[in-house]
Amino acid sequence: MTATPLIEARALTREFVLRRSWLPGSGQVLRAVDRVDLAVHKGETLGLVGESGSGKSTLGRCLTRLIETTDGSVVFDGQDVTRLRARGLRPFRRSVQMIFQDPSSSLNPRRRVGDILSEPLAVHGIRPAREVPGRLRELMDLVGLPAAALDRFPHEFSGGQRQRIGIARALAMEPRLIVADEPVSALDVSVQAQVVNLFADLRERLSLTYLFIAHDLGVVRQVSTRVAIMYLGSVMETGETDTVFDSPAHPYTEALLSAIPVPVADPAARRRRILLKGEIPNAANPPKGCKFVTRCPYAQDVCRAQRPELRPLTDGRLVACHFPRAALFASGAVLA
Amino acid sequence: MSLPSEPVLAPAAEPAAADPARPAEGRGPWRTAWRRLRRNRSAMISLAVLLAVVALTLLAPAYAGWLGIDPFRSNLAGTWMIDGQSVPVMEPSTTGLGLGVTPIGPTWDLGGYFLGADNQGRDVAARLLYGGRNSLVIAGAATVLCLMLATLLGLVAGYMGGVVDMILSRILDVLWAFPVYLLAISLSIVLLTSAFTIGPVTITAGSLLLPIGIIGVIYVPYVARPIRAQVLTLRQSEFVLAAIGLGLPTGRILRKDVLPNLLPTLIVFVPILLALAITTESALSYLSIGVQPPDASWGTIIQDGQTLLYSRPWVALAPGLAIVVTVLALNVLGDAVRDALDARGHGR
Repeated sequence: MTATPLIEARALTREFVLRRSWLPGSGQVLRAVDRVDLAVHKGETLGLVGESGSGKSTLGRCLTRLIETTDGSVVFDGQDVTRLRARGLRPFRRSVQMIFQDPSSSLNPRRRVGDILSEPLAVHGIRPAREVPGRLRELMDLVGLPAAALDRFPHEFSGGQRQRIGIARALAMEPRLIVADEPVSALDVSVQAQVVNLFADLRERLSLTYLFIAHDLGVVRQVSTRVAIMYLGSVMETGETDTVFDSPAHPYTEALLSAIPVPVADPAARRRRILLKGEIPNAANPPKGCKFVTRCPYAQDVCRAQRPELRPLTDGRLVACHFPRAALFASGAVLA
Repeated sequence: MSLPSEPVLAPAAEPAAADPARPAEGRGPWRTAWRRLRRNRSAMISLAVLLAVVALTLLAPAYAGWLGIDPFRSNLAGTWMIDGQSVPVMEPSTTGLGLGVTPIGPTWDLGGYFLGADNQGRDVAARLLYGGRNSLVIAGAATVLCLMLATLLGLVAGYMGGVVDMILSRILDVLWAFPVYLLAISLSIVLLTSAFTIGPVTITAGSLLLPIGIIGVIYVPYVARPIRAQVLTLRQSEFVLAAIGLGLPTGRILRKDVLPNLLPTLIVFVPILLALAITTESALSYLSIGVQPPDASWGTIIQDGQTLLYSRPWVALAPGLAIVVTVLALNVLGDAVRDALDARGHGR
């Protein structure tokens, strides 16, 4: 791992006000992202996994500075960009781009594809005007769309094609980091594979770094070099994809992974399924102590009293659990 | 990175909604909406009616010139030829005590006094056309003014949010709290009596700018609120977030991403506001606090006809019908426009 991460969240917190109150301290606040430390290194693909409501999209939007951060900081390439505005933010905007979940709502329905793509080129002066048409064709080619698509409106394309347009728009800025927020979950399964392959292909060709937000574990395993598991606004576990997937150290990760469907015809791959009790707690009122305590099969008294910090294990990954090996024991894995 | 474990599908397998290789230019949402509107027969009939009304009112001076009369001057002592007989425009009463006069009734002859005369002996048909001009001009200008103010307020409040939104929204609430007609009447009564100056513009008493301004302003909250709400939604939409992420300047985002997506709403408001403005203008003019004599509008003609309601009902009936027809056509067209713009891009 390189010394300086490309982008880093430092104790990043984002709160949403649910109910405003004139009396101080009596309003209701939802902490969607709770003091998260997370680093994405150059050249890697970090898969950010979690249920809906776990705060992964909010974290992505804070990291790309699309929404304000309540507390903590975003550090890009060694520079704190949390408080930058307008002009100061421009180099960051060029370097970090976002790809959205629903390509039908992330493209302005009233503009042609060519206008959508050429706008950032013009505003940021990335290419002189005479080179813009050529660059647009180049971008279309890069994402596997014909140049004729430039004259059309977004609604004339299929979901997969629209997502390719969204990718082309991000690539127009020649970014170093792409934050992809559930980029394939709105697509048909057959199309998902193609878009995932496009992501992998572009990473090789343009030496990109990805923060890949998803809830589909199969997709995450395929694209990510490293994964981070989120639950109720906190990171529960991070580590190399294969390590985490093969021997989860956090009970939540274990339960999450056990939910991946496995072909029944392959008995060797069959795993013990862990059914979690109850629902994900209300994020506006998370449990005291460990956030997972209400549903954890291994919960002890200390889990209810004290919130575990992210701590490194011997194999280099980070786990926020008082008994990180409980899951390993239970699944019968050999301890490191 | 782990190797892809699933079979790689050929990109050609992706189902296409449209063949992007087709050379023709894309069909925009506007063209789709226009096509849908054109298929709506009642909308097209309404549009034809409205165009006819506008054309007729534009012809007002030509008609008056052809008649050779001035519809703004009293003609109490004049006579008119009907079936070769000379008839006084103001007929002395022959019943009862023989007091008073009754204006000439409808001749149903376009050559003069088609709809009869009012109690000043003026040609009602010619005044109807001139009055329609004023009614439509006031309604049109008030609609434009209202939409501009509402869009500006809605954009700023919705996009800026926070304190700015709160202040603007409360101001609109105050305006909203007044009943429309009460507000219009109070403003008119206060402003009509004296000339006043706003910056470089001096508004004289009785100027058409007064009803335009008053009607334009009183409907602002009704339009600004939904626009603000829509801007709030657009502000959260992913394509606006994407534009922010691309580092585009706020003005540009408002112009290119927010405003074009507000246009359908604004367009839907045009016929509704026109209809409301026409009725409001008529009401104010009827109450003598809108268009001032000798100028006419449909409202003032109704007022003229009020005293003649039993003897010469057409004086009040004709402008009344004109208002009904115009407002009805506007409402039908408004509904159709809303339907045409509603199904965003789907259907034929």
